[in-house]
Amino acid sequence: MKRWGGLDVRQIGVIARKELSDRIRNRWVLAATAIFSAFSLAIAYFGAAQHGVVGVSDLEVTIASLVSLAVYLIPLIALILGFDAIVGERERGSLDLLLSMPLTRSELLLGKYIGLSAALTCSTAIGFGMAGVLLGSSLSPNVLYHYSGFVLSAVLLGLAFLSIALMVSTFAADRASASGAAIAVWFFLVLVYDLLLLGALVASGGQIGTDAFPYLLLLNPTDVFRILNIFGREDTRAFYGLATVVSDGLTHPVLLCSVMLAWILAPLALASWRFRK
Amino acid sequence: MVEPLIEVRGARKRYGEISALDGVDLSIGAGEMFGLIGRNGAGKSTLFKLLLGLTPATAGEIRIDGQSVSGREFREVRRRLGYLPENLTLYDNLTGLETLEFFGSMKGVPRRRCGMLLERVGLAHAADRRVRTYSKGMRQRLGFAQALLGDPTLLLLDEPTNGLDPQGIRDFYCILQEQRARGCTILITSHVLAEIQERVERIAILDAGKVRALGTVHALRETLDLPLTFEFRIAPEWRDVLHGSLAHLMLGEPAVHQDRVCIQIPRVARMAALAALAPLLGRITHFYIREPSLEDVFLGSSA
Repeated sequence: MKRWGGLDVRQIGVIARKELSDRIRNRWVLAATAIFSAFSLAIAYFGAAQHGVVGVSDLEVTIASLVSLAVYLIPLIALILGFDAIVGERERGSLDLLLSMPLTRSELLLGKYIGLSAALTCSTAIGFGMAGVLLGSSLSPNVLYHYSGFVLSAVLLGLAFLSIALMVSTFAADRASASGAAIAVWFFLVLVYDLLLLGALVASGGQIGTDAFPYLLLLNPTDVFRILNIFGREDTRAFYGLATVVSDGLTHPVLLCSVMLAWILAPLALASWRFRK
Repeated sequence: MVEPLIEVRGARKRYGEISALDGVDLSIGAGEMFGLIGRNGAGKSTLFKLLLGLTPATAGEIRIDGQSVSGREFREVRRRLGYLPENLTLYDNLTGLETLEFFGSMKGVPRRRCGMLLERVGLAHAADRRVRTYSKGMRQRLGFAQALLGDPTLLLLDEPTNGLDPQGIRDFYCILQEQRARGCTILITSHVLAEIQERVERIAILDAGKVRALGTVHALRETLDLPLTFEFRIAPEWRDVLHGSLAHLMLGEPAVHQDRVCIQIPRVARMAALAALAPLLGRITHFYIREPSLEDVFLGSSA
């Protein structure tokens, strides 16, 4: 039996394989991949239509458009994927049988997270990769390097929201409240958070929180994702909204990826604590 | 008694203001078949959850095979433990064989063993069918096969014959007998008391979270002093004589159905009753003495 930090890796693998195979079998992976592909291909091809051009041309415009799309779509899909992972098993009555196996709660949680992560990562990477193939036929390797960075950050964004979804699933009493909480999380982090920051800044005439503002953006994974994808060209900055106020010191990819990693690990740790209680 | 496999000492479980278990003490020996009976909400399923370590006891100590159910080592005990929950929920999207392979892989059971178990519970023909197409009885058989994975030394079966047809019930107890023969300890609950009364060695009657009675069915009958039932057939013209013969025993009114008469006789009065009936033996046909059923024991203990 292979142990890792007191966890039985084999048991984690069994749960992860089942979660992934369930999502492949019920065509979830296929559907999510199709959604990502359709949107990314459409944006890659028609993204510059407002400038009177159709076809693959400007990478920064394409990526900026894709970021705008991904920031809404990926969190939503990740939350839908994970919100009932634990509470659903509990409500259906299958959780007791699972936990009667030689399996700890942390192993079950981690196995579910890894399996669902694999499904989400496949969908995101293949879905957005389609547009990459389209771009690859006409653009330089350097451009594709930036595009790969976008896909990687999109995967990280999905994993962060999946982690939040599992946390919601362990705290919720039933599926209905879990779905409500998941929608509330999406609404707050994707739509409301930036508005609140901007509102506070404008209302105080820049007196409140100006210095803390860039750091507050790091407290939202969607903003971290936006910052990760800013390349600096002025005409595309408008796409990124508040994320453009971040100083250069805070835009280092290693720092941002570390923040994203914290967004993956912290909710998962909280979920594990709650589930074991 | 042989070495206890299950030891429960002063187990209490509270859910807020509600006391689900209130100081339960039980000791179940290795290889024993033990029945746990009680009304709905008596605490049977809660006790099962405590035994499986699914929920912590508010107070008390629970050990299985010498290991505390709240300890780290208990996961190894779980490899040798089979559980069939009362409300069985399986994964509808898996086939019968995949279901066993999934649970079996967590217990380290070889795949070919899963196929053999399916065959043993009579589901070989449906091995490749999705569970969503299974009837209630087939799901229950599959759940039972799941509990048998890994040749368990302890089987916890909560209402295991729910949804099974008479043949299914017979097959189930036949397999259970095989498990007992190889030394498996079995803890079983059922509301169909007639099913288990001849099969279990001892029973515990749980009521409002407490063990009200514990022992063999025979011992409980004696302890509760439940009356015997004398049942016989006698011609109607001899009934008055019968009444006269038994009058001195101060028995209740006999129940009469056509030529059949049933009289409740206190255990202490059984010899006297037989002596009183002796003069009528030539008139009595089809004479039976019935012991109180487990249902009578259960209802008697609850009263």
